[in-house]
Amino acid sequence: MHRFAKPSVFLKITAPILPWLVGATVILIASGLYFSLIASPVDYQQGATVRIMYLHVPAAWMGLFCYVGMALCGAMSLIWKHPLADICARATAPIGATFTALCLITGSLWGEPMWGTWWVWDARLTSMLILLFLYLGYIALVNAFDDPERGSKAGSALALVGAINVPIVKFSVDWWNTLHQPASIVRVDGPAVDPSMQLPLALMIFGFTGYYFVVLILRVRLELNERRIRALHLSGMFDDNGENSTAETKPYDPSHNAEASQ
Amino acid sequence: MTGFFAILQRDLRLALRQGADSVMVVAFFIVTTTLFPFGVGPEANILARIASGVIWVSALLAAMLSLERVFQTDYEDGTLELLTLSPVSLELVVLGKALAHWLTTGLPLIIAAPLMAVMLNMDPAGFGVLMVAMLLGTPALSLIGAIGAALILGARRGGVLVSLLVLPLYIPILIFGAGAVEAALLGVSAAAQLQIMGAILLLALAATPFATAHALRQAME
Repeated sequence: MHRFAKPSVFLKITAPILPWLVGATVILIASGLYFSLIASPVDYQQGATVRIMYLHVPAAWMGLFCYVGMALCGAMSLIWKHPLADICARATAPIGATFTALCLITGSLWGEPMWGTWWVWDARLTSMLILLFLYLGYIALVNAFDDPERGSKAGSALALVGAINVPIVKFSVDWWNTLHQPASIVRVDGPAVDPSMQLPLALMIFGFTGYYFVVLILRVRLELNERRIRALHLSGMFDDNGENSTAETKPYDPSHNAEASQ
Repeated sequence: MTGFFAILQRDLRLALRQGADSVMVVAFFIVTTTLFPFGVGPEANILARIASGVIWVSALLAAMLSLERVFQTDYEDGTLELLTLSPVSLELVVLGKALAHWLTTGLPLIIAAPLMAVMLNMDPAGFGVLMVAMLLGTPALSLIGAIGAALILGARRGGVLVSLLVLPLYIPILIFGAGAVEAALLGVSAAAQLQIMGAILLLALAATPFATAHALRQAME
């Protein structure tokens, strides 16, 4: 696994994967939306409102998934000091925060017609809100230092400490008697969701997961390129206007530098 | 262990000689609590109903505001660097500093809490449980807060940042602390909530010194 931690190896491996991943994600989300919005039955109690669930459940799943991923990256960067793990953790945080916010927003849109209220201080809702705060705290901490290295390390420690909230979110509906319904998909005695609703839900969950990996790869690439540009600036190859000061006529050619650094 | 007591003694002495810190924390606690009757209205029933929550929230904020001084001055004048290099294990140093923080902020808050409970018209049945809950909860606040205080060393606008980092982690203590008082006021046994708070304290005592010491080492790199 450690050899994948080299940025150049990461770029080489992800380059051919990315188009396939984008294609799969588009197909999954498009078909998931078709099945969830058009080709799935309405719920006998909830009516068409049940369709919010196809967005809400995958978003909630991704909120937790991203946090676990971020904490694992944080642990890897603390233990093995992989620079790539730092970048992955940093890149994951805004994605996870967005999914968590999406989960809370869709949840309250669903709650208004179903529970008759936008928000209740229920264990699962509250712990999800805390998860959002943890994401925001992580993002704020990582960006609070002049030295990005130090920010990443402090962030990794915080991500690990905050990971204690993940099982609380997951099991809140089992531990406390709450308004939010208990788990109905991952259960010992099989899912309690009708098969016609399982298909769109599964498509959306896989689609969202694919989307996460696509955005993650793009963000990591961006960060690596930014670092490369910063390093070139520091080494004095460019003056402050971003022009090549050693050869005035030649514009900056990124592909040339990419080859040079590999 | 001598290192631990030396740190504790030093921090307490500094807090006493520089004086105002503990007094400020208690003053902040009292002023914040006093704001609620103005905001909610002076009706005795409502105040009695929200008293335990108000006292806990104010205590949380007061404990949090004083966190910055746990490591900040030592970081700035280089003491922390020497402590990191010293043969005393950094985890013990952290424990000593957290204990000193608790003795100078948590303990005064516990003493001030019943006073505010009286002013907020809380039923005397809850006083004992409130004090026990705070006795279990405030040391955990100091221990968990120390992680945040160590993480923000060298950061821009650290004081604001620490609230964003630490307050989400304080929420369980708030829930069970206020819940224990609530139970006592309803005449139910508060043992379950107090036991959970004890568990949180033990967990914090066992785990947080390592996290804080790790964050300090990073800040020193």
